[in-house]
Amino acid sequence: MHNLSIAQLINQLQTKAVSSRELTQHFLNRIAQLDPGYNSFVTVTAEQALAQADAADARLAQGNAPDLCGLPMAHKDIFCTQGVRTSCGSKMLDNFIPPYSATIVENYAAAGVVMLGKTNMDEFAMGSSNETSYYGPVKNPWATHCVPGGSSGGSAACVAARLAPAATASDTGGSIRQPASLCGISGLKPTYGRISRWGMIAFASSLDQAGLMARSAEDIALLLNTLTSFDAKDSTCVDHPIPDYRADLTKPLNGLRIGVPVEYFGEGLHAGTAAAVDAALKHYESLGARLVSISLPHSSLSVPAYYVIAPAECSANLSRFDGVRYGYRCKDPQDLEDLYRRSRAEGFGDEVKRRILIGSYVLSAGFYDAYYSQAQKARRLIQQDFVSAFQQVDIILGPTSPSPAFEFGSKGQDPVAMYLEDIYTIATNLAGLPGMSIPCGLVDGKPVGLQLIGNYFAESLMLNVAHQYQLGTDFHTLAPAAIS
Amino acid sequence: MEWETVIGLEVHVQLATKSKIFSGSSTAFGAEPNTQACAIDLAMPGTLPVANAEAFRMAVLFGLGINAKINQHSVFERKNYFYPDLPKGYQTTQLAEPIVGPGFLEIETAQGVKQVRIHHAHLEEDAGKSLHEDFHGMSGIDLNRAGTPLIEVVSEPDMRNAEEAVAFAKKLHALVTALEICDGEMSQGSMRFDVNISVRPKGQEKLGTRTETKNLNSFKFMDEAIELEVERQISVLESGGVITQETRLYNGDTKKARSMRSKEDSNDYRYFPCPDLLPVVLDDAYIEAVRQQMPELPAAKAVRYQTSFGLPAYDAGILSADSTTARYFETAAAASGQPKLAANWVIGEVSAQLNRHEISLQNCPVSADQLGGILQRIADNTITAKSGKTVFDALWQGEGQTADEIIAAKGLQVVSDTGALEKIIDDIIAANSAQVESYRAAPDDKKAKMLGFFTGQAMKASKGQANPQQLNAILLAKLQ
Amino acid sequence: MEPSEIEKLAKLARLHIKPEEAAEVAKRIGNVLALMDQLQATNTDAVTPMAHPLDAVQRLRADLVTEPNQREAFMAIAPATENGLYLVPKVID
Repeated sequence: MHNLSIAQLINQLQTKAVSSRELTQHFLNRIAQLDPGYNSFVTVTAEQALAQADAADARLAQGNAPDLCGLPMAHKDIFCTQGVRTSCGSKMLDNFIPPYSATIVENYAAAGVVMLGKTNMDEFAMGSSNETSYYGPVKNPWATHCVPGGSSGGSAACVAARLAPAATASDTGGSIRQPASLCGISGLKPTYGRISRWGMIAFASSLDQAGLMARSAEDIALLLNTLTSFDAKDSTCVDHPIPDYRADLTKPLNGLRIGVPVEYFGEGLHAGTAAAVDAALKHYESLGARLVSISLPHSSLSVPAYYVIAPAECSANLSRFDGVRYGYRCKDPQDLEDLYRRSRAEGFGDEVKRRILIGSYVLSAGFYDAYYSQAQKARRLIQQDFVSAFQQVDIILGPTSPSPAFEFGSKGQDPVAMYLEDIYTIATNLAGLPGMSIPCGLVDGKPVGLQLIGNYFAESLMLNVAHQYQLGTDFHTLAPAAIS
Repeated sequence: MEWETVIGLEVHVQLATKSKIFSGSSTAFGAEPNTQACAIDLAMPGTLPVANAEAFRMAVLFGLGINAKINQHSVFERKNYFYPDLPKGYQTTQLAEPIVGPGFLEIETAQGVKQVRIHHAHLEEDAGKSLHEDFHGMSGIDLNRAGTPLIEVVSEPDMRNAEEAVAFAKKLHALVTALEICDGEMSQGSMRFDVNISVRPKGQEKLGTRTETKNLNSFKFMDEAIELEVERQISVLESGGVITQETRLYNGDTKKARSMRSKEDSNDYRYFPCPDLLPVVLDDAYIEAVRQQMPELPAAKAVRYQTSFGLPAYDAGILSADSTTARYFETAAAASGQPKLAANWVIGEVSAQLNRHEISLQNCPVSADQLGGILQRIADNTITAKSGKTVFDALWQGEGQTADEIIAAKGLQVVSDTGALEKIIDDIIAANSAQVESYRAAPDDKKAKMLGFFTGQAMKASKGQANPQQLNAILLAKLQ
Repeated sequence: MEPSEIEKLAKLARLHIKPEEAAEVAKRIGNVLALMDQLQATNTDAVTPMAHPLDAVQRLRADLVTEPNQREAFMAIAPATENGLYLVPKVID
């Protein structure tokens, strides 16, 4: 049952071939049995999930239930869930039970989707390996001595291990696409402003965007209709027409112009990854698409610009965690300063503290122009590269991450080495463009991801391009040996 | 040495919106602690701000009221600092691109009319309150006020003494209440003044080191705090000392000021544009539409009171200074048809009673309509002016709903019955023969003054209800 | 970057960095800042800073009170409260 596609699962639910309770119980059993080996869930909401499943079954029995009714899925622990602990992977929020839910959580609940639990993640989404979680690292189901990627490592691993048909996730610099790539699944980060950020705990507000992880583009298309809603509670949520994301899946790719950026195939790219991506590009040519070599000349500025802008925004976003109104508070504070400094020093992990310090530094008097303002200008240059590119091409393809999953601890103590993990994914966040990763091969038994970058609000085209590839290939159906 | 004082003001004006600047919580004053603090106000994780249109309308109205340039593109920024009354750890405010650009206000003092320039005014959110009463050595935090919209008005250092600063503050108060963008209740913190003060030798161009006295919430305290600080600075300088740039607090009860706990390293606020809020863009049509809503401002009102009602400039100035007084006066004038009488009463009796009871006109127990009822009866000679005050006091005490009700209940109608008046006067003449003799013997130019004795006696005998004109006529005839 | 600068930043950000960790943190932050030096080398004279990915403008909300009192729910998840107030060590102005 756990190997069925979402289209098959919802068909079985709607035709009552299987009940939501049976399906939910099946995945809960798998989580109980297998997740101790992966640590992909921080919280499993078994009791609540079964109650939601029963409610979904009642709706299905009445007829006219929404398409997704009764389907189980997991939510990244960055999304607030009313009455269910929302930790964001941090000790700071280990005791935080929000009295409200994220808009996207509400959207799925309203559609009758069953929440299996909350998935593990890098602390406050800061990381590319899931090693910064307060709840311990997530293990890659393809090779448990390797990282699953981050920050949405729990969502990626639970989908890859068939512990959930799909999971929500978030992407600030590659946090959906990189773990999707490392875990051999499909992941979509929509256009900035397409999905409501209400109730998603902020890391870097101008870069954060919620998205989805599932095994195939078709699965994502089915889920995206419900993820997307215009939300007046988020000032940056765009009131843009919402298409039916399933509608374009079957369109042929004749004449599609695919941009291939030279900068994404240079030094640092693993040979095996390069070969898998090249093979995928050839497959697209066989589908009638045309490859166009393009240049994104300011690509090298992405990582430095990102590591100014993201820490700057996070340094302010994380100031609210002060031990006063919710979350962790140190024992026996001596005075107000002690309350602040110890609650924050004890509640945050090292990487989070490091980024807060960097952010404070780049915004401080005398450095603002050299760092922050300069980074915002670099951001404009990076965006303009894409605007020019999309005058020549319909979509951009390349590698998602420089190499397949690496071993725990292998990026050592130097944060810069870890930051380069996101070298191909960060630019789309800076520009606000949609990005996607789909499996395109195995290197040494570990998955490799193909990245798709679309123009603003071109999610339908991206899903179409990804789906057409998956119709002719089977990388997205491969499962880690240990679970099959 | 002769010293010159230089004063600039920063004024926080709470806008009279129903809801907060970035959330749908109520801004009503006086609620139980933290009952008007929603998830956004509490900076709960994942919550986001959405800006209130009314705060912008009010800020634009203010800008038009000070003849300022309205910035059609304005940007919210984050001002980062930690304080328990600031839940997000940053204040959302405007810095590089505020909504209101340079403008000015004209003030009038004994030295004449002067223009005070306003550097800019920006929109921002208010903080909560720390309550210092003892909770086992802890402070209590109430976040009801957090997120209340403010405009911060920043003046140029154009004022030269406390009188000018207070005149500016009063003018600003009059303007924001006339525009109905602030309730003007200073005791509730609706307007709070920070005063930047420095002194320099007269004739020197370079400004002296300034201090900032924060959070003054009455004109009286502001006046006192300025006088005190100017005196202090001059005495420090004259005894060879230097002024340190610092923030000071003035205590209106003890009449003393102190330096606030020194912040050893000056705060680095790390401002940057708020990524959760987009630039606010207002077009010409919007600004024009707001301009159309502009109510009559105090200066225009004062002119109208002089030309239409024939009031003296001084009275017109007092009555037009704030919208509550103006509305009260105009309502009483309309209800009675007696603008001049209404003006005298509002400036005289009404304001004296309010002062005596230490309450504001907003809470006056006698409504403007009730006052109009009194004035109407004085004007048509139903009651005397003296009885008018009795009626006013009775309405103040809540003894009835209308002037007519009180007049009837207390039997205050003027005695116009000629027979009754003649009887009273005859009795007085009979009982005071000596005074009658000297009156009759006096030269004509002294008689008018001596008549007062008999008028007084007769009024007293009629319990103040005699029609004064009628009384005079009978007296004059009988004393011939 | 000097460890003393780290302490200054830590104070500004209300974090506590142990003295023995300051040098290590300074070194790591130094590496990250070196990465950023590429930015300085870029000519951006004619470029407008980009604060938001989309050139959108703020939607303004109607002035309506929409939030009910939920004090009890919020206070239930707070570390220290009394009489409807959040408690902190004494605030000194």
